[in-house]
This record gives sequence, C-alpha cells and structure tokens, in this order.
Amino acid sequence: MQHGKYRFIVGFLAAPLALYAIFVIWPFAQSIYYSFTDWTGLSSDFQMVGFDNYSRMLDDDIFWKSLQHSVLLALLLPLVTLGLALFFAFMLNVGGRRRKNAAVAGVRGSAFYKIAYFFPQVLSIVIVALLFQFAFNPTSGMLNATLKAVGLKSLQPDWLGDPDLALYCVMVVLIWSTVGFFVVLFSAGMASIPKDFYEAALLDGASRITTFFKITLPLLWDTVQSGWVYMGILALGVEAFTAVQVMTVGPGGPDYSTTVLPLYVYQTAFRDAQAGYATTIGVGLLIVTMLFAAIVMRLGRRERLEF
Amino acid sequence: MKVTETPPAVPAPRSPVTKTDAPAGGPAKSSEGKVLNVFSHGVLIIWAVLVVMPLLWAVMSSFKTDDSILSTPWALPDELHFENWSRAWNQAHMSDYFLNTILVVGGSLIGTLLLGSMAAYVLARFDFPGNRFIYFLFIGGMSFPIILALVPLFFVMNNMGLLNSVHGLILVYIAYSLPFTVFFLTSFFRTLPTSIAEAAMLDGASHTRTFFQVMLPMAKPGLISVGIFNFLGQWNQYMLPTVLNTDPDGKVLSQGLVELATSQGYKGDWSGLFAGLVMAMLPVLGAYIVFQRQVVAGLTAGALK
Repeated sequence: MQHGKYRFIVGFLAAPLALYAIFVIWPFAQSIYYSFTDWTGLSSDFQMVGFDNYSRMLDDDIFWKSLQHSVLLALLLPLVTLGLALFFAFMLNVGGRRRKNAAVAGVRGSAFYKIAYFFPQVLSIVIVALLFQFAFNPTSGMLNATLKAVGLKSLQPDWLGDPDLALYCVMVVLIWSTVGFFVVLFSAGMASIPKDFYEAALLDGASRITTFFKITLPLLWDTVQSGWVYMGILALGVEAFTAVQVMTVGPGGPDYSTTVLPLYVYQTAFRDAQAGYATTIGVGLLIVTMLFAAIVMRLGRRERLEF
Repeated sequence: MKVTETPPAVPAPRSPVTKTDAPAGGPAKSSEGKVLNVFSHGVLIIWAVLVVMPLLWAVMSSFKTDDSILSTPWALPDELHFENWSRAWNQAHMSDYFLNTILVVGGSLIGTLLLGSMAAYVLARFDFPGNRFIYFLFIGGMSFPIILALVPLFFVMNNMGLLNSVHGLILVYIAYSLPFTVFFLTSFFRTLPTSIAEAAMLDGASHTRTFFQVMLPMAKPGLISVGIFNFLGQWNQYMLPTVLNTDPDGKVLSQGLVELATSQGYKGDWSGLFAGLVMAMLPVLGAYIVFQRQVVAGLTAGALK
C-alpha cells in the first residue's frame, strides 16, 4: 500500500514537474545568472562581468524612460480601471429605481450591461490593439472622423504619433479592455452584501454616496486589493508589452515615448542581440513587480470584515 | 449543472421615467432615487456604447471597400463586400493561422488539463515530504514576469530543437499554464468529499483508476472553469509565439493578424485586415455568448480565490 502510494505520487508528478522545471524554473534561474554576463545570445562564449550590466542599466536613459512609463502605467491603470469599475458596478447594483420592500435596487437590464461590458475581456489584446490602432489613425480613423463630424475640425490630434499623447492612448486601450471584467467581479461582490445594511443606513439619513464609501467599499476591500495587484502586474507585464508592441510606431515610439520595461527587454535581447544585458533589465522588472505587490499589500492591509 | 444559460437577447425595455410607481417613502427620497436612476442609466449606456461601438465598427468596415473605409469611416457599407472575407481567408493565410492556432491550443489545452489535474490531485490529497515545497514552486510561477524567462527560454528551446514547432509551442504553453491550473485545481480537489474515493479504494481500485474514474468526473465543474480560463489565455497568447515561433508558415492567429496589419500597411488592404480581425473575433465572441455564465465564472474564479 505505502509502496503503491509513493509510486503513484511520483508517477503523477513526474511529467508536470519536469515540464515546469525545464520551461519555467530553469530559464528563470538562468536569467539571473546571465544578468551577470556579457552574453550576446548569438555565440556560446561569454564571460562573467560582475555588476557591469547593472551599473550600465543605471546609466541607461532608455531604461529610466521605460521604468518611468511602466511605473506610470502601474499607478494610473489600476486607479482609473478600478475606479470606473466600482462606479459602474455601484450604479448597476444600487442605482436602480426603488421597488417595493427594497431600499436599494439594481438597474433594469443589469444582466445585459454585464454581458456587454465583459465582451472585451474575451478578446485577444492583439485584436483590441489593432482595432484601436486604426481608430487612432489621424487621417481616417474613427476618432478623428467623429471629431470632424461634431464640428471640431481644428482638433485633429495625431494620437499615437504625438509623443505627449501616445502613452495615454495605450492606456485607454488597456482600460477599455479590462474595466468590464472588474464590473462583473465587483457586481458579484456587491450582490452578496446584505440589503439591510443599506436599508439601515438610508433610514438613518445617509446619502447614496455615503453608503458607497461606508458600506460598499469596506466590504469589497479584499476584492479591490487583489484587483489592484492584478492590474499592476498586467501593467508591468504581458498586456502592456503586447499593446505597445502592436500599436505604437517603432514600437515604443515616437521618440521612446511609449517604451515600457518588458518591451525594452524584448528589444534588447532579440533586436540588439544583447541577451545578457536584457536579462539584467528583466531582473530590474522583477524587482519593480515585487516592490509593487509588496507596497499594495502593505498599504491595503486592513482589518478583515466578516459579514 | 446546467449546460447552457442563454443570456437575455435584448435588454429589458426601459420604462419611461415619468411613470410613478415609487414605493412608500418621503417624496424627497423617491426623487433622489429617480435622479439616480436616470443618471445611472445614462452613464451605463454611455459605457455600453463605448464598448460595443468599436466592435460594430470593425464588423461594418470588414464589408466595405478600402476607399469608403478611409473616406467615410462612419458610413454603412454600400453593399456587402464578401470578397474581403474570402481574400483574408485565402490570400492573407488566415485559414493557415486558424489551423495552427487550433492545433496548438487543442494540444496544449488537453495537456494542461491532464497534467494540471494530475499534479493538483496528488498535491491536494497526499501527504509526502516536499508536498508544500512543490506546491509553492508551482504557485510562485504566477507572479513572475514571463518576459524575464523568455530570453533563456528561447535558447533552451533552440538547444532542444523545439523552436518554430507546434509541439514545442504546445509544451511551453502547458508549462506556463500549469501554475494557475495547479493552484485552482488543488483547492478544488480539496473541497471534494474523500469518502467516495475511499470507497473506490476499498473496492480494490488502484490509485490511478480511482483518479480517472472517480475523482476526475467529480471535478468536472472545476475542470470546465479552468479549461475556459486556459482556452482564452492560450487562444489569445501573443508574447510566447512572437519569441518562440517565428517561422512564417507556423504562425498562430494573433501573430498572423499583426503580420497582416504590418504588411497591409504598405499594400493598404484595410478591408482585408478588418475582415481578418472580425474573423478572429467571431469564434471567441460566439463561444462567449453561448457559454456566457461559464466563461464569466471561469475568468473571475482566479481573481476571487
């Protein structure tokens, strides 16, 4: 029996663990090692260079620019996305016309809204980015055509071609594609808050805005916090990379105005053939990601409310 | 469990605000409710339009000529130009991209669910030295930036001769889907009752047989949720194939679309690009509409845990 048990455990764990070790753990471990070498990625000989890559990184203007953009994304994206999502979810669940025997009610058609809002979440970020790239097209895109149609002919921004606007265009795309997910998530959370809490508060003369900040938000806090981490990782990771890579000129331009850390890692490794230095920037990104998660967890720590 | 949950096809008709059926309560309060009701409908409709508009615009544009896309972006197509669709499907190789994507995602989805549930079952149900360590090794993979591993991964794949191959891509997809799958299914297996598995063992079933014939069928709801999550993630995957799969013939859908967009930039075949985009959107949107409830449950399950 015991013998059979261990054979079973080993048999079942071997394949998944081997795959995971070869394609995930091993590359991660290697990348830390490579970050101390001058490996180009093209030839197999390279040397240890100590902290040279790291000091080079600290003097690298493009690194700092990328870092700045990544941090900006990691701060603004969760703020706007979660803010909008909380607002919409509150409107969906509490903004409805009062019905008999209920102090608060959801709006009519809330099921429809949730279905529609969730649409972008199932679409590939590539599709979304391509769609918006064309919508942002200064001469024939949807946005400038709309501006023209409403009489703002003089206002025809270059959108992705304007260094001051380009990063915000990318941000809009990421917000557009993620808000719906959190509306649905927060709605589920809000629906589980007992209605008597609102009734009691409203009877005591509290306004709707007060009930949002005193009842809804505290009871949803755990979900908001994990949403915050989730959005931050998204802003520092694959989604931000994909949106910038697909949408912007260069990519990363114009004039490095939209370059983000993962994109810079990718370009350094596979365009500039500096694999060693690229992994150094990757380690930098790892540190930023860890710091972000730690800060959010620490700032967001509150007494857990049970209800 | 229910098989399908059809979403309401049409939004509930909005009754005019003038109709007064406010419940008992002070007049001041009911007017506050009314203003709020109008306001909330207002903002909710605006966002719904913002979400749906670009998608409708893409569908519309896919039936227009290049000329009218560029000169009158908002006009309806003069006639339905289906040739855009056939051009994208044949000449722009969308059919190949579809086939490649189906192969890769099909293989990796089956592999992910099989290997993920095997690992999760052992980790959830058996005590052995190193159990916790292996569990956290898997879970840790969720928080690392993939891009960091990507540079060495490229060379690992290169050395193993797996670069630019369907099976290589499948193995990598499985490996990178394991952390979440193991995390999700471990907590799922823990919630299942132990008595049935024990009964099966008493009846002489082996561990392996118990797993495949008793535990796996019981875990079906969890497998569906995590399966949908992985399906969408793998279907929409862009970063891994961009780095590991650069062979023009083996491109997956997301790469193919980017390829289409960049090469079309010079040829100016915008209508073909839109047709390709809509083509790539439709299966996912269709699946979402049909399996709406399961999709939402699958995608939000991870964030709620």
